Amino acid sequence: MPETKPVLMQGNEACAVGAISAGVRFYAGYPITPSTEVAEQMAARLPDIGGVFIQMEDEIASMAAVIGASIGGMRTLTATSGPGFSLKQENLGYAIMAEIPCVVVNVQRMGPSTGVPTAPAQGDVMQARWGTHGDHPIIVFSPASVYETYYLTIAAVNLSQKLRQPVILLLDEVIGHMREKVEIPEAGKLIVEKSSDKVPSDWKPYDEKGLTPLVPFGFGHYYHVTGLFHDQYGFPTGDPPQVERALDRLHNKLEKYRDEIVLTNYIGHKEPRVAIVTYGCVVRSARAVVKKAYWQNRLPVGLLSLQTIWPFPDREIEALAKQVDVILVPEMNRGQLVGEVERYARGEAKVIPVNRYDGEMISPDQISEALGRWLS
Amino acid sequence: MAVIEQLTQDFLRTKKLPHIWCPGCGNGIVTAALVRAIERSGYDQKDVVIVSGIGCSSRAAGYLNFNTLHTTHGRALAFATGLKMARPELKLFVIMGDGDCSAIGGNHFIHSARRNIDLNAVIVNNHIYGMTGGQHSPLTPTGKKATTAPRGTLERPFDLLELARGAGATFGAKGIAAQPRQLEQLILRGANHRGFSVVEALSPCPIAYGRRNKLGGAVEMLRDMKENSISVERAANMEETELVDKTITGVLFSIDAPEYAEEYYRSIGKEIG
Repeated sequence: MPETKPVLMQGNEACAVGAISAGVRFYAGYPITPSTEVAEQMAARLPDIGGVFIQMEDEIASMAAVIGASIGGMRTLTATSGPGFSLKQENLGYAIMAEIPCVVVNVQRMGPSTGVPTAPAQGDVMQARWGTHGDHPIIVFSPASVYETYYLTIAAVNLSQKLRQPVILLLDEVIGHMREKVEIPEAGKLIVEKSSDKVPSDWKPYDEKGLTPLVPFGFGHYYHVTGLFHDQYGFPTGDPPQVERALDRLHNKLEKYRDEIVLTNYIGHKEPRVAIVTYGCVVRSARAVVKKAYWQNRLPVGLLSLQTIWPFPDREIEALAKQVDVILVPEMNRGQLVGEVERYARGEAKVIPVNRYDGEMISPDQISEALGRWLS
Repeated sequence: MAVIEQLTQDFLRTKKLPHIWCPGCGNGIVTAALVRAIERSGYDQKDVVIVSGIGCSSRAAGYLNFNTLHTTHGRALAFATGLKMARPELKLFVIMGDGDCSAIGGNHFIHSARRNIDLNAVIVNNHIYGMTGGQHSPLTPTGKKATTAPRGTLERPFDLLELARGAGATFGAKGIAAQPRQLEQLILRGANHRGFSVVEALSPCPIAYGRRNKLGGAVEMLRDMKENSISVERAANMEETELVDKTITGVLFSIDAPEYAEEYYRSIGKEIG
């Protein structure tokens, strides 16, 4: 185990520290509340370790620059919030299509539009899934604490590299701005999982046989990168069978590595009657409820927290629904992920939304009240 | 002839030909000038990257045998900025069309100029959105017709090179498809310039622009292009009234100023290369 020391840290800062630990050496961004601290941390830290920080002219350019730098061989990250996340969608789709790794952080704030820039919300759950056009796959992590932000950032960077697939880190204003004690491995230690460095002589950028590592530009492999549907060498094609194969390829890689991607955590009673399913900062309120209901009062209650919300943890919900009578889904929106929970509960359990969308955090009391109603 | 054949072998993906461009299009002429300029620059093939946006001319990237990056509409310069900052030793040529560069990509264009980052922008200006069938662009001259300006556009066009200069670009040149040797020379000088260089290449689009505006076919358009252009050296000795509606070709400005990637790497104490 690497040595650790406890520090007091904000979620946004933990994201920056995690990114650097995972080998990120390029950041391009644009200022926006409540994500700006990620940029400020990267601006302060990257130059000292030979990395590149650049503030771009807008969010669209930030996303483009990150992809450009990834093609140059750097590990990259950009951070934003609601309105900026909307602007990133165009080139996010490009990165998915061209299979260029990168990590996009969205510190959610209350929307739609400019909304309440300093208030937390979880309104971008469906945008994170479907924000860019086309029938694309996506990976989205949603941390519930500062430490989770740290390690999920590292996981996001590594997974993104391995699968050549953008990964979204969906924070919220609470997690981004909250300060907590975290144990961070000693500074300077790299937590980098290397994808294979060896490039076979018959390397193809989009090999039909499956995943290949990205060989950066400038090493004599004269391949083509495009947002058009392409063949295994990267050249445009409109041939229907090839188009279908190429889209399947994008989805198949996520399906193949599904168990590495989908992260969930269950706490509580072994045979629960009522379960809470939630993600992000709401996990904190839910945990307080389960602490009281199960650890103190031994009620048949449990909490399944989702670190990964996309691809959706379908099997986990299916299994849970068979165990319980009721699933509560508290969210800081008018009900987004609850639809997915309902879909995979497949009528085996009653699925009840618990919502708050006034720019304040869901309190343990609000969840307790709903829980009480269904336990009795 | 032998030299041309060698260039074709090395720098063109001949298997990807024939290209998608219409008969009479100037994109091939500009692309050929670019290829010859790259050859004359002496750059190692593996160090050269072609970045392009979306549009007819941007399809050139797919035909050129380098590392090629065909990006999203208007964003080529922003992708190129990231790549250049990550790998400052690479030589980047960024091919854009007039709409791609000056409308949807206008913001990236002025900010690339402001940073004076060492990218070589080659803008193929055919005064029209060709791929979508002939809509007016910010470089369509006032009064000219397009599918979205059936009575002639009321809008005033940008002077692209003045825009670039005003935004901080340090090299600006204009060439025409009717004079490919000069164009090649201008692209080469842009490549040798350290900083953001802009080469605007006027190029005929007889199908989506010429036909609607009764400008004739490719031959007439090229001939008019040539007859209406004057080199910057000759123009220097002419009256302003003689230069009305003329295209001034050549290097319009070349300024020495700090280049962004080099400044950045110096500031963090790292050598480029």
